Order: sequence, then C-alpha cells, then structure tokens
Amino acid sequence: MERGRGNTFTVIGLGVLLVITIIVSFQLGRYPIPAKEVLGISLSRIYPIEQFWTDRMEMVLLNIRLPRIILACLVGGCLSAAGTAYQGVFQNPMAAPDILGASAGAAFGAALAILNYGSSFTITVSAFSFSLLTVSLVYFISKRVKGKSILGLILSGIVVGSLFSAATSFIKLVADPTDQLPAITYWLMGSLAGAKSGDIKFAIIPMTIGLVPLLLLRWRMNVLTMGDDEARTMGINANQIRFIVIICSTLTTAASVSVSGMIGWVGLVIPHVARKVVGNNYNHLMPASILCGAIFLLLVDNVSRNLLTTEIPLGILTAFIGAPFFIYLITRRGEDF
Amino acid sequence: MSIDVSNLSFSYGENQVLDQVSFTAQDNQLLSVLGPNGVGKTTLFRCILGLLKGYKGQILVDEIDIEGLGIAEMAKLIAYIPQFHYPSFNYSVFDMVLMGTSVHVSAISTPGKKQKRHVEAALKRLGIYHLKDRGFTKISGGERQLVLLARALVQQAKVLVMDEPTSNLDFGNQIRVLMEIKSLAREGYTIIQSTHNPDQAFMFSDKVLAMKDGEVLAWGRPADIFTEELIYNLYGMEVKMESLYYDQARVSIPKGIVEKDSIYRFCS
Repeated sequence: MERGRGNTFTVIGLGVLLVITIIVSFQLGRYPIPAKEVLGISLSRIYPIEQFWTDRMEMVLLNIRLPRIILACLVGGCLSAAGTAYQGVFQNPMAAPDILGASAGAAFGAALAILNYGSSFTITVSAFSFSLLTVSLVYFISKRVKGKSILGLILSGIVVGSLFSAATSFIKLVADPTDQLPAITYWLMGSLAGAKSGDIKFAIIPMTIGLVPLLLLRWRMNVLTMGDDEARTMGINANQIRFIVIICSTLTTAASVSVSGMIGWVGLVIPHVARKVVGNNYNHLMPASILCGAIFLLLVDNVSRNLLTTEIPLGILTAFIGAPFFIYLITRRGEDF
Repeated sequence: MSIDVSNLSFSYGENQVLDQVSFTAQDNQLLSVLGPNGVGKTTLFRCILGLLKGYKGQILVDEIDIEGLGIAEMAKLIAYIPQFHYPSFNYSVFDMVLMGTSVHVSAISTPGKKQKRHVEAALKRLGIYHLKDRGFTKISGGERQLVLLARALVQQAKVLVMDEPTSNLDFGNQIRVLMEIKSLAREGYTIIQSTHNPDQAFMFSDKVLAMKDGEVLAWGRPADIFTEELIYNLYGMEVKMESLYYDQARVSIPKGIVEKDSIYRFCS
C-alpha cells in the first residue's frame, strides 16, 4: 500500500506546512514582530523567560494576531471539511457548505441583527441561529418531497436559500444607507478583521462537535459516493450517515460563517485541491482538506491585512487568489486520478 | 447457502410488476434470469437485496426470512454486483474493493490490516492484483466487472446478485467474466445473474428463470426448459434452436436468416 503510506506522509507534510504558515503569519502585519520575539512571547506563556520584547509587541501578538490566526485556521478548516463531506454524501462534486442554505440563513440573521443595531456578539449569535434554522427548514421540507432524497434536499436547499437571500436583499433595501447598509454589505463580503477571543470561544464548541464526527465517519463517506442503493447492499445505511453528516456540517458551517461572514469558494474548491493532492479516499482526503483549508484561509487573510492599508474583504480575495491557482491545478498535465 | 423465493408479488401503486414469482437456488448454483426489458428483473433483484419493502410473499436466504433483517445483517448474507456506472469520484481499484469490507468494521473506524489482506486475496483470486493502484475508471470494462466482483467477495456474503454482469463487455470479456462467475459458484457461492443472452444462459447456468410480464414463464435446468417455443414466448422472435457438442450448447438462430434465403444460398 505504497500509495496509502505516501498519502499519510502528505497529510503530515500539510500539517507541518500549516505550522510554518502560522509562525510566519505571526510576524506579518503593519506592526512587524521578528521571529525571535514571536518565539520568546510564545514560550513565555508556558515557561518563564526574561522579557526582551516590548509590551506593545506582546499586546499585538496575543490580543490581535493570535485570535485572528486561530480563527482563520478554524474557519478555513471547517468550511472545507463541510464541503468535502457534502460532496461525498450528495454524490456531487459541485456540492458546497452552503448547498442546504446555511450561508443564506446566516446572512439573513446577521442582516437582521445589524438592522436592529445589535452588538457584534448579537450579530454572531443571530447569524448562527438563523443558519441552523434554515437548514432544519430545508431538511423538513425535503422529507415531504416525493422521490429521491438527495434531489429533494438539494432542491429544498436552493428554494429556501433563495428565499432567505431575497429577505436579506429586502433588509438591505430598508436599512439605513449611512451606517447599516455598509455594515451589512461588508459582513456579506466576509472578514476576520474584528476577530476577538470571544468569537473563538463562541465558535469552537459547535466546530468541534461537528468536526469530530466528520473525521470519524470519513471511511463511510467513501461508500456513500457509490450511491445509496450500493451503499445499502454493502451494509451502510446511507440516509442515516447523510443525516449525521448534515448535522455536523451545518454546525461547522454555521459557526464559521457567523464569526467570519460570507466566505465563498473555500468550501467548494479546497476539497478539490485536496482531492488533487491525496486522491478521493476520504481516509486521507478529510484531514488533508481540513489542513489545506486552514492554510489557504490563513494565507488569504495575511494578504487581506497586509496588501493595502485598508483591509480587503476575504470573500473577494479568496476568489482572486483561489481562481488562478485552481485553474492551474485542473489544467496542469499529470495523471487524472 | 440457499435462496428460496415463494409467491413473490410486488406492485408500484396500481402497476403490478411481479406476480407470484417462485424459485429456489442452492449453493454451488448459478441461476440466470432471462426476460425482455422491463419485465421486472430489476424489481425482483431489488426485493431480494432488501432495497424494496412492501412486497407480498416470502424471501428466505439460508432459511432466514429477510423481511425482518437490518441493513448490516442483509449485507452479510447477500452481496450485490451492480452494472458499471461512472462513480462521482474515481477511486483506486484497491480502495474500491476495500469498500466491500465496510460492513465488517465499526462505523467510526476504517478497514485495517485484516481487511486489506482479504482485499489482496480477492484481487489475486480474480487475477487483477496488478491493477490495484490503477484508477477504477481507467481500466477496461471486463476488469471493472472483476473489481466489482472482488468487492462482493470481500463482503463475505455467500449469495451474489449480479445485474447483467456481461452487458457492455466484448465477447472475450463476457466469456471470461462468466467463467469466473461459474467457478465461484463451484466454490460454494449461490449466484443470481440477469442476462439478455439465452445462448450464454444455457452454457453457463445451472438453473434458468424465464420471466415475462412479471410472471414466471419457465423455471428449471436449462436442458429441460430451453425450446424454440420458450424463446418465442420470451422475446417474440421465431428461432431455430440447434444443439451442439452433445448438448453442451444450444444456439438460437433467428428463423428469418436460416429459412428465407436458404435455397438461394444453396444454389449459388
């Protein structure tokens, strides 16, 4: 099983790459902190070292950069995990985390909270709640659709999603154009600029509850890609696995979107990048996809906060950076495996 | 292992698809199901595989009524070899076959060393070990059929249900796949396949089930039931049936070909 072992090394390699990216990300910013100081401040948290850095450095590193870096990794990893899982259980390479309306619901929740002058925490909670609500609605409608359950889910997702998008547009129409409308628009473009440790505390619980089963059930997802009937004759209850995956992916997506805003692209394309790197076997694909998503969003966020003096919204950058890279990946020569 | 179907009826709403179908297949037997398109073969298979509920009658596998069985219990009794269709995602031959072991590992774990040894053994058994790292969609149709067969073998069920295993294969691959199926039956498997080729059904099967309009037209040893009349009743085609090589084969030749121009051919 040389291929399998090779892929294990690839996944470990991606893990190392993520650590390197994190260390480099700590040094980058409008207030540069050299590597030595980054290491010193980090170590001082677990081992007492004499301070050779400024207090300002420590403040920037721990209160601004650390939460932002953690959040970028979490959101990137969660979105691509959800996308990877959905592609498998819907037997559809075009599936993305928002296929069941999770993002549309979150956008509506956030817009509604902004319209009512909610605090940033209220906005997060409202986005998260409406995201869960939307997907539950989609699920219950799909149960009443006759015929194939996958088609029912996807159709309900499209319909309910567009309903919530229309509602968001309506809120934008009635929102105060001086402060509320820009806030909503900016939220919809996605950003980690306001990342605080409170956001991490809020998001980490649903993210963990979602990610752990997605990782544990990853072999089963392979079998589900064969189709429901085939999976069933191999002893796998496709509907049951899909139900669990939908709950878990919805939790990770809702948690991600509610703290970061709408970040498209990651959940659709990073799974395919991971597929190109380690193949389609979910054993390696799921961890590889999470790591690739974390690395990608961290890199994009670094560009977002360093390229211009004003922050560039993530939703714009993910497409600008991701699209050329993905075109290179799908057009390059090599075995189409 | 045996499969015993008695008085099986199934209807989609008003539309009766299966009507009082009864047959049995013992271990070491290859049973071929013959019949024109849309005759209910697929419905029959879906009932046997536990994919369709709400049928009337009884299906016993190894004297166990499958109606009350769970999905995992079913998978340990019966394995299914589907017709080839492009999967949503391409897998290596090895991973493809490894999926067949899923019922033997817990939901939250992945197949381990033991399952991988079974996969290697099955690949070697069918002579496709050298393909293990190739992509499933990149190999030939005959090889794909053998991969799906290997996937059924590692599932360790003793009844195999095959949906037209030789369709879309060239002549050589058809015979190669049928030879493998036949030798598996000799090793103790009970195999049910559907086919559109009466000549091959005669050559390879131990039992033949001929179906028309959801009913059993004939059931028994091929030597007992294969007549010109049966082919006419099944397919509406008048044929001349010729027994060859001490009745090892019976070949059906459309009457139009052997009669119309025969004098002309003889003269020229």
